[in-house]
Amino acid sequence: MDSFFLTYLWPAIVMIGQSLLLLVCLLVFIAYILLADRKIWAAVQLRRGPNVVGPWGLFQSFADLLKFVFKEPIIPAGSNKGVFLLAPLVSVTLALATWAVIPVNQNWVIANINVGILYVFAISSLEVYGIIMGGWASNSKYPFLGALRSAAQMVSYEVSMGLIIVTVLLTVGSLNLTDIVAGQNHGIGTMIGLPSSFLDWNWLVLFPAMVIFFISALAETNRPPFDLPEAESELVAGFMVEYGSTPYMMFMLGEYAAIVLMCALTTILFLGGWLPPLDIAVLNWVPGIIWFILKGMFVFFMFAMVKAFVPRYRYDQLMRLGWKVFLPMSLVLVIVTAFVVKLTAGA
Amino acid sequence: MGLQAVFFYLFAFVAVASAFMVISARNPVHSVLFLILVFFNAAGMFLLTGAEFLAMILLVVYIGAVAVLFLFVVMMLDIDFAELRSGFMQNAPMGALVGLILAAELIVVIGGSVITPQAAQSITTPIPSPATRTNTAALGDLLYTNYVYFFQVAGLVLLVAMIGAIVLTLRHRQNIKRQDISRQVARTPATAVEVVKVKPGQGI
Repeated sequence: MDSFFLTYLWPAIVMIGQSLLLLVCLLVFIAYILLADRKIWAAVQLRRGPNVVGPWGLFQSFADLLKFVFKEPIIPAGSNKGVFLLAPLVSVTLALATWAVIPVNQNWVIANINVGILYVFAISSLEVYGIIMGGWASNSKYPFLGALRSAAQMVSYEVSMGLIIVTVLLTVGSLNLTDIVAGQNHGIGTMIGLPSSFLDWNWLVLFPAMVIFFISALAETNRPPFDLPEAESELVAGFMVEYGSTPYMMFMLGEYAAIVLMCALTTILFLGGWLPPLDIAVLNWVPGIIWFILKGMFVFFMFAMVKAFVPRYRYDQLMRLGWKVFLPMSLVLVIVTAFVVKLTAGA
Repeated sequence: MGLQAVFFYLFAFVAVASAFMVISARNPVHSVLFLILVFFNAAGMFLLTGAEFLAMILLVVYIGAVAVLFLFVVMMLDIDFAELRSGFMQNAPMGALVGLILAAELIVVIGGSVITPQAAQSITTPIPSPATRTNTAALGDLLYTNYVYFFQVAGLVLLVAMIGAIVLTLRHRQNIKRQDISRQVARTPATAVEVVKVKPGQGI
């Protein structure tokens, strides 16, 4: 009985505890990321943004949560009820499931698996199902059009994103996310004799890759300027037209969880994860998680600024950008990186 | 071991049940959704056997791309179910034949490994233990050394298929406006705007 407890039950309890801790932190973080998004957007447009609930509007997201939960969920009569309710669940579950392998600090990860980056890529490629199912099950024209658009969009941008991930894998030589961060401890900076610093991170050697990854991440998470699946000027609210109250909130939660995930992924792949910008006394006393959050928030700030600045793309322009610009560029990048890695490996 | 067995039976049961639902669901979209569930559980079983790379690739390629296109097509099609079902008896012998062949092949494969358990080991190179070598590296070592020509030929076949599909469907329509971004960007005030001084009362 004792061995059963030690081999199965205790690890399970630990894992559930870790997952709950991550989940709670993540959800609170998402609530404030959502507020930050609205505040940044408002600041760019010289508005105040949400400022009524709590000091400086800090509790706005929680007020929204209560509002959504207490509203009556309306399921259209002509909809396919099971799939209609399953769709937001799928999208939020998948978006949160990816976080199982994201390391937020040295050894602070729930599942440190060998194929971590592939897992993230695989799960985020499934996120399109939430949208397709929601759009189809609504049995209505705008949602369906939105769903079709988003399916094509997400599949297209996944291709270039996958190739960019391959370039990172080539330079680091591992699919494990912790190893990818650890691999950024030495690079250009240490080659010329400096201590480990921000010059070693991948953003410097793979700068074009980072730009393509960032833009593809915008398209993959349906953020403006690529928010065609929910383009309100053309499709009202795209695949979410028929949704209200809690299911709608779950779609939004899934979307923002995916956005925060993309910020974390950019941080891990290109900005050195939890590594301090300079490996010297004062900076490396700061816990790694703080650096991780700071970097992630910087990436999110860029996401929010793009939303405020850039006008929406037309659909054909979006497809052209994905297939005719990003795909060839990322392919060339993979080839060049492979050559450079091969040539410098012997030295 | 016990936990692995629990998960195996979970994945296997869900996979078989949803495979049954694929063929029995009345709505083709539901069929595709169940098919996706089958793929997902197959990926879970790959994980249980330690083939983590294959599991993830199954997720990315089959669920993330192929099944999406599948769903895409099925959703767009306007299928008349009554008509589909009327042809059931005509197609039944064909389906039975395919099923029979599949079953026979499965029996041969399983029977072979029952009769000579060592046969399975002799046809492949020894599998390195997962502790010393990651799955991805081991696969890469095999694919890019012993099987590099087959790998390249497979890639070529796919390339030819892709080009074929593009050639078959591509048609350049005349008389529509096309956007040429490089030309738009290359425009300057000198090439785009003409400043004309118009004398009052004369027009251009």
